[in-house]
Amino acid sequence: MSEELKLNILSKLDSDGTIEDTSATFKGVSEEAVLGALKSLESQEKVKYKTLTTEIWTLEAEGKDQLESGSYEVRIFNAVPAGSDGITISELEAKFGKVAKLGQGKCLANKWLKKDGDKLVRTVESVTDKVQADLATVNSTSTHPSKDTLKDLKRRKLIKVTKLLSYSVSKGANFSTTLKKQATDLTMEMLQSGSWKTEEFKKFNFDSLGINPSGGHLHPLLKVREEFRQVFFETGFEEMDTSNFVESSFWNFDALFVPQQHAARDLQDTFFLKDPKLVKSLPDFWERVKNVHENGGYGSIGYRYPWSEEESKRLVLRTHTTAISSQMLHKLAQHPYRPAKYFSIDRVYRNEAVDATHLAEFHQVEGVIADKNMSLGSLIAFLDMFFKKMGMSNLRFKPTYNPYTEPSMEIFSYHEGLGKWLEIGNSGMFRPEMLRSLGLEDGVKVAGFGLSLERPTMFKYDISNIRELLGHKVDLGMIATTPACRLDKKMGQEALQKA
Amino acid sequence: MPTIYVDKEELFEYLGNQFNTEAFRELCFEFGIELEEDTSEKGELAEGERAQLKIDIPANRYDLLCIEGLTRALGVFLGRDSIKHYHVTPTSNPHRITVAKECSQIRPLIVGAILRNVQLDAARYKSFIDLQDKLNQNLGHQRKLVSIGTHDLDTVQGPFTYEAVKPEDLKFVPLSQTEEMDGHRIMEFYGKDSKIKHFLHIIEDSPVYPVVYDANRTVMSLPPLINSDHSKISLDTKNIFIEITATDMTKVNMVLNILVTMFSQHCKEPFTVEPVEVVYPDGKSFVYPDFETKTITTSASYLNGIVGIDKSNSEIVELLHKMSLEAKIEQDSIVVTLPLTRPDMLQECDIAEDLAIAFGYNRIPRVQNNEATVGAPLPINKLTDIVRREMAMASWTEVLTLSLCAHDDIFKFLRREDKGDEVVVLSNPETQENQICRSLLLPGLLKTVRENKRYPVPIKVFEVSDVVNKDPSTERGVRNRRHACALYASDEARFEIIQGLLDTVMESLGFTHCNKQQDRGYYLEEADVPMYLPGRSAKVMLNENGNTVELGTIGIVHPEVLFNYELKMPISTFEINIEPFL
Repeated sequence: MSEELKLNILSKLDSDGTIEDTSATFKGVSEEAVLGALKSLESQEKVKYKTLTTEIWTLEAEGKDQLESGSYEVRIFNAVPAGSDGITISELEAKFGKVAKLGQGKCLANKWLKKDGDKLVRTVESVTDKVQADLATVNSTSTHPSKDTLKDLKRRKLIKVTKLLSYSVSKGANFSTTLKKQATDLTMEMLQSGSWKTEEFKKFNFDSLGINPSGGHLHPLLKVREEFRQVFFETGFEEMDTSNFVESSFWNFDALFVPQQHAARDLQDTFFLKDPKLVKSLPDFWERVKNVHENGGYGSIGYRYPWSEEESKRLVLRTHTTAISSQMLHKLAQHPYRPAKYFSIDRVYRNEAVDATHLAEFHQVEGVIADKNMSLGSLIAFLDMFFKKMGMSNLRFKPTYNPYTEPSMEIFSYHEGLGKWLEIGNSGMFRPEMLRSLGLEDGVKVAGFGLSLERPTMFKYDISNIRELLGHKVDLGMIATTPACRLDKKMGQEALQKA
Repeated sequence: MPTIYVDKEELFEYLGNQFNTEAFRELCFEFGIELEEDTSEKGELAEGERAQLKIDIPANRYDLLCIEGLTRALGVFLGRDSIKHYHVTPTSNPHRITVAKECSQIRPLIVGAILRNVQLDAARYKSFIDLQDKLNQNLGHQRKLVSIGTHDLDTVQGPFTYEAVKPEDLKFVPLSQTEEMDGHRIMEFYGKDSKIKHFLHIIEDSPVYPVVYDANRTVMSLPPLINSDHSKISLDTKNIFIEITATDMTKVNMVLNILVTMFSQHCKEPFTVEPVEVVYPDGKSFVYPDFETKTITTSASYLNGIVGIDKSNSEIVELLHKMSLEAKIEQDSIVVTLPLTRPDMLQECDIAEDLAIAFGYNRIPRVQNNEATVGAPLPINKLTDIVRREMAMASWTEVLTLSLCAHDDIFKFLRREDKGDEVVVLSNPETQENQICRSLLLPGLLKTVRENKRYPVPIKVFEVSDVVNKDPSTERGVRNRRHACALYASDEARFEIIQGLLDTVMESLGFTHCNKQQDRGYYLEEADVPMYLPGRSAKVMLNENGNTVELGTIGIVHPEVLFNYELKMPISTFEINIEPFL
């Protein structure tokens, strides 16, 4: 059937050159069938076609009624007797029902009738029924010469329109009167038979998408972690074992020379444990730590307050991975001096109110460099190099305060798109009170730096709510569609703002 | 980090009108404080409103917490002002506070000082009150360690006593009130006060409350809660009596010295303080403020080495002067006198930081360290990456769920019983979501599926992360364990699909499926795991040369568990410990 229609179209074109209007040439064939045939022929470049739209106006039920019996207004006009007596409105309504209301309104608007008390009286002697005449025109010709009339009649719900699609057709580049089946794909059978040599291939739509491979995906935060780890490995850092979310206050605070009354040790900042509650014992050098807090030492006057062993034993969810760094430094101190670089990227905890940028847990990136020649100058030079590998080349440093580093520096990077300096991390030289208590010899200097993993990830991937990154509220579609992490390239906001 | 508001015009005028907001922001950056906001930049100021600068001050710089201290420090830094020196007025017969022995039960320490002929105006008065608030909060640790009371000396009569009395035995009209109250009534009344209610706990349960009286038995203050209305300071006050009670001697001295060094600026004879003697029950007496200065001895080689510069002794002395630090050269040493305003300085590394600020952090020459070290990944993280990549290549999607969760997530919802030997419990969680550390990854994965119901099935997700278990054999009684968990959620549970993923992961680690008797490989052993459907529930066992280890479990999630997690589709899952593969 469709083959036959296609052949008919081709032979008609062969004889006439063009088809002006398919609805005239192929009467009785459905619109869909014609379009299907034309599309198929067009894809083989045998024909070209343009769409023609014809409006067909037909009468609604009310329109048919008014064509037959006259418009409502004329019917009402005729029901009003000539002369000044007229007719009462209630009488009209009793006689004509709904028609009375619609008709008299129109009569009044046309100034055919006027109101006289509760009566209607004629103001003209006779009227012509234009509406009826217009409806007759539409009924016989399916249209009307006046667009306004069509509009008006449609508004009065007397007529309706249907759109008829038809096509004008001309010959295409590959016009012929015969049809050949086109192949949609190269098959094994074609290769075996050799038919691929003579096969005609159907035109391919390069604008459509391919089929999704539905593979697996890695989490964006961990893709960024991978990039950071690579940078650490490239610069000679050894990864620390951070598999201890639970830490003693001793390692988390005291060994870092954070005094026991420090605000960070309050219940509203740190998660303490109920079960288990305390670490069983403190490391053998705990008295050095107690002493440096209480009385000072190593050139320091100390904090001069009574230090509590019990407080030091309280278990907490670690508030920073520096709790691990200090343990690594303590291990390092058990051997003769050698320079060392350590890093970790792992979870830390803060007992904070959760909002779009804060969660009770997040990932901290931390690096530690132990070296007798370390200075602020060499730390800055290192951070320059480190962050350059992440595409941040314009850094500056602000003095700041951390209880366990002195001097301390906040790290800022200039963001061209946003036109401002953004804080990207914190750094400093660990205090001798901490290093010497851990057993490192005098003169060994240790620099540390840290940043959160979530912040650059949210920035790189344009994520504004941390809960949509870490935790179960993540959108699996987002995980599947985030691009690879390439820290040295402009990504997300950076790329957008730059454009 | 404390934040202060200072009057923009007053500050800029003091600095010689050379700054606009942007240039001042840069100065702050260089000096180590942070201009958060200029209120006049936000929009039109109201009629008569003066522009304020909102400045973040580092937590150790108590000397910058008021405009008096900030202008002093910046004035010297910019070379516009000289370093101030503070004096205790020689007084033969100072005012005295006698401490009663009962105070040792509740708040043993008190110090005092007097500022004479002070000229107050509204701005200075506000600055004085704000500074006391900041000191009470920071150094005083929310008044627990230290709290300040200030009084109009001319309304009271010395000598003074510091006593501890039963709540019902004290009566006074608190500041800005009209009702006379006893100790019990005070607790009741201020229990509704949004500010003071937070400090009640400090003395509430004590049988005696600390009170400062004058010679006429007039109550001056009930530390650390409230002063009396009788001795309150007004704009007309000329002579200010300061008493500060405490539990910590080091901190109370810091607070007193900061307060008097800052506000003696407004005395008729600036930067002088009249002393107060404190006599303890054992007869020992002390005179405050203690203005004995300390020194730190350091050297150019140490300081240059920390900062990474090469300055001579005299250049260093000059740079330190910018930071209000007076230093002198003694042979090869540099001896720095610690200002009374800088109790944060404990040793020479603190001097080094100030030297670096004076020199300019961003002018320090960058020098690459050439010490070679070898990079290395942690073995467990390397193993983790192998498992993660295998799972992702097998078309599972990685998620990263929270390690804190509700107790129900691990027990009730999974039809498991808490025998008390498994999970770590937090003592102070803000929300139910943070009651415990997870001991299984599965709840996080189930919740992820629940939040992603809009996606067509199958949903295939995995996580390789740490869980936390109690472990009495360790020092902390706790240890992390690296788990791998994957689930398959679809119209049918399809045990064989999740098992297929397990097969793939095991093969990638060099272990193929085997039977129990074989030497090496892994096998499933049917077991009754409450969170799984009976009969579709097994242990994952690893055989390695005769050693058998239970890695974890595999199964079809029990329909009641699905119901608990508001899930309507069948799910199959496995969760194993990957540490045996190290």
